[in-house]
Amino acid sequence: MENVITVFVEEEDGSRTPIEVPTDMGLSLMEVLKGSDYPIDATCGGMALCATCHVAVIHDPGLHEAQDAELDMLDMVPNLTDISRLSCQIRPENAFDGLVVKILGDH
Amino acid sequence: MITTDICVIGAGPVGLFAIFEAGLLKLRCHLIDVLPQVGGQLSEIYPKKPIYDIPGFPEVLAQDLIDNLMKQAEPFKPTFTLGERADEIERQEDDSFITTTSDGTKVHSKVICIAGGLGCFEPRKPAIEDLEKFEGKGITYMIKDPEMFRDKKVILAGGGDSALDWTMYLADVASELTLIHRNSSFRGAPDSAAKVMALAESGKINVLLNSNLTKVHGNGSLQEVSVVDKDKNAYQMDTDYLVPLFGLSPKLGPLENWGLEIENGALVVNTKDFETNVPGIYAIGDINTYPGKLKLILSGFHEAALMSHGAYRRIFPDKVLNLKYTTVNGVQAF
Repeated sequence: MENVITVFVEEEDGSRTPIEVPTDMGLSLMEVLKGSDYPIDATCGGMALCATCHVAVIHDPGLHEAQDAELDMLDMVPNLTDISRLSCQIRPENAFDGLVVKILGDH
Repeated sequence: MITTDICVIGAGPVGLFAIFEAGLLKLRCHLIDVLPQVGGQLSEIYPKKPIYDIPGFPEVLAQDLIDNLMKQAEPFKPTFTLGERADEIERQEDDSFITTTSDGTKVHSKVICIAGGLGCFEPRKPAIEDLEKFEGKGITYMIKDPEMFRDKKVILAGGGDSALDWTMYLADVASELTLIHRNSSFRGAPDSAAKVMALAESGKINVLLNSNLTKVHGNGSLQEVSVVDKDKNAYQMDTDYLVPLFGLSPKLGPLENWGLEIENGALVVNTKDFETNVPGIYAIGDINTYPGKLKLILSGFHEAALMSHGAYRRIFPDKVLNLKYTTVNGVQAF
């Protein structure tokens, strides 16, 4: 389908749940995950100011590098990993088909 | 004991506007907030961010909105208990309530209005075993009284602005100060980062970069922490205090135990006056949920107005309440 990609969420048990993600609606990955009923508070609403949407990127098809605001916030997350990102700062593009993330939250 | 008409739990924008709406009906408010300042997430998380969907303000900075709400509430002489968490609610025989805070402050009110946003802001805690065992016994997450660290060995963990600010402050207070940060550089204010590195070079403090806390040890109270650097070298450090500074994150907190109906982390209310399933306890703003709920500040303002009228009807069931316009009547200060 045009402008729809599949993003996989790795669950606690290691299984991967596929989610269809539109790339032409201006949604962030955080909004998509929240819309799919994953427990993300998104306290700050997507301004990279709270880290409640913290994810680990398990398979990266070529995401853009994190900008300063995101790196600043990630710096505050106790459970930071080498593959940590804030899902509110990831804008799905067609090239990101097959992205795999695991939801970590901020503690 | 503090006595008031409405005990408002949460001093964010919606709680602050409740003072005004209640005040127009001659109801007094006392506000409790776990944060040391009013403004909720607007002041704590994004004070400098512009907001574009407040009616009549094409653009307003979050902190300016809070300052204006305080100014608007001022004629109604609100009172505040800040830096304390509302822990318990007890219904009295006359259907009034006593709210008790984490510091033991008691507020007696005719009704309660929870304007708690996403909950209480609580410190983010690193995932270290036994951390909670030493809370209050050498481990603290917020510095209320820096003098407690005078002539003590102190370890701070974190790399943000608050870690840098406290490092600079405590350099002259603690007998031995160490800052542990897991990255190779600081992303906080460059000025502060430079000052902290200069303090380290002069030998006044220790800065451990690329290092992580892994364990805490002690016998009753904290005595030692284990640290691992990026080359996997592990070592132990003696200390009197450990202060992890990883910012704040909201939790629903004690109100989970107040017998209120909760759905997906929000309090279920009616849309007539935003009363919860417990008569006399209302919930407004981001903390509530109802069919069609939008988590917007402007929705919270609307809810504050209807809640105030509901509270009035509950407090004065025999009195007739007419809607009055401020354009006609002005604002009759207390």
